[in-house]
Amino acid sequence: MIITLKFNDILNDFELQYKPFGEHSILIEWPQIISENILENVLTYKQNIEKYNFEQKVYVKSAYNSILITYDVAINNIYDEILVLKSLYLDIKDKNKVAFKLWKIPVCYDLEFGIDLEELSKEKNISILEIIKQHSKRNYRVYFLGFLPGFLYLGGLDNQLHFPRKSNPRLKVNKGSVAIGGSQTGIYPNESPGGWNIIGNTPLNLFNVKNQNPCFAQAGDQIQFISVSKREYTLIASKVEKNSYVLESEVLND
Amino acid sequence: MISVLQPGFYTTIQDLGRKEYQHLGVPISGAMDHDAAKMANAILGNAEYCAVLEITMVGPKLQFDCDTVVSITGANLSPNLNGSVINSYAAININKGDVLSFGKPIKGFRTYLAVSEGFKVKEMLNSRSMYNNITQTSQLQKGDILKIVPKTHASNKFSSIKSNSDYLDNQTITVFKGPEFEYLNEAQIDQLFSNLFTISKENNRMAYQLDELVINNLDEIITSFVFPGTIQLTPSGKLIVLMRDCQTTGGYPRVLQLSEASINLLAQKMTGDKIRFKLQNYNI
Repeated sequence: MIITLKFNDILNDFELQYKPFGEHSILIEWPQIISENILENVLTYKQNIEKYNFEQKVYVKSAYNSILITYDVAINNIYDEILVLKSLYLDIKDKNKVAFKLWKIPVCYDLEFGIDLEELSKEKNISILEIIKQHSKRNYRVYFLGFLPGFLYLGGLDNQLHFPRKSNPRLKVNKGSVAIGGSQTGIYPNESPGGWNIIGNTPLNLFNVKNQNPCFAQAGDQIQFISVSKREYTLIASKVEKNSYVLESEVLND
Repeated sequence: MISVLQPGFYTTIQDLGRKEYQHLGVPISGAMDHDAAKMANAILGNAEYCAVLEITMVGPKLQFDCDTVVSITGANLSPNLNGSVINSYAAININKGDVLSFGKPIKGFRTYLAVSEGFKVKEMLNSRSMYNNITQTSQLQKGDILKIVPKTHASNKFSSIKSNSDYLDNQTITVFKGPEFEYLNEAQIDQLFSNLFTISKENNRMAYQLDELVINNLDEIITSFVFPGTIQLTPSGKLIVLMRDCQTTGGYPRVLQLSEASINLLAQKMTGDKIRFKLQNYNI
């Protein structure tokens, strides 16, 4: 069953699909496109749903072009629940913008960490310095978190730096590795297998299980990579270990 | 306390998992067979979310250094106490010094051991379920010491409940349509619901792969949500049934979604077992 809803707004004209997904969840889908425009719409709608006082506990998550609402107890009447959700989308007119942050993430692009930089430079015919400059120049939008605990799906990698994943993934990629896979860039929050091309490393903990909020970033935030020397890297790493490193951030309002 | 003399093939501590951290990419985890874990707790009068041991095919050997009461549910792995056979689905009094061990697997794949008031390992992100990089260890090791609360034996012995392990023989997995079901053609749908499928040797707490292939012409999707019970169809035509430790997002088409009861049932299947899918419509 698919119920479609057309909602006309000057800025937002998305045709949403509402689908039951198992006994406990409803999936809301936007068109199959990755765009910041859709992301804004997804995040505002998510915020409206989170504010609503449901009769039972619900968990709300967003991805590129979808929201998943999971109910603690099996859904009794899917149609009624979808009507409730639709009424919350109409509320989107009263735009309460979520306050997002820009996080400044130190990255050491030394060849000791950036083990694929030389190959990338050769294959793309761009100097290593230019790769580093391009990669740390712009802000990346956090679309959502998934794949591994604390893994950020980032948008906005410069076309020049797009590079296919390795055909044979490494069995072990170090924690904190900053990498490029296809048209995406990201950070490995923990040691894991992985097929992306590694260009640097951050001394930060992307996911700290000891914190009540284990990950500093949330969907909608922005990330900037700040190039640091090996010496600075070691200094930051020791501060991180002592829990005394203060991560720089700015509140974004636009 | 309980000393782990032998850890068994793959033994973990599980409760009902951590639901609140999926938006940070944290898997839900929790007992593969929720019903069996809840039943083990219910027999002892524990809350349903108390942590239990999940034991896979080859059981551990455990020594108790205090009195307590335990119960065993799910698969029948021939449990015995100090070498004598004991019943599943019953409250069993344990004396200080007793050794609990397991023998031949008779039926099912995962068995659950509950102790009075639950295993008191440290809670991480509101759950005691073991998962790599969330909890300190991801499975029991020889020599581990597990904290439990000593308990004097119940004066009026609990009557054992009627064993409800009959479900272990069931081959029918009930499924709902997944978000991409609508893109399947008739031949594909026919394949899904008329064939028997075999559990491949690639099966673990993250996912069960099935041996038989389904013709696949569907495009991949933009990365979106998956959760336990989601069946993905890969470009090579493989069906992957995601289980309790699965990732939170994925890019393969999600063709079917298991009912909650069927996730528990599938958790009791092992390599070579056969299953059949039965479609249940949404209640609208």
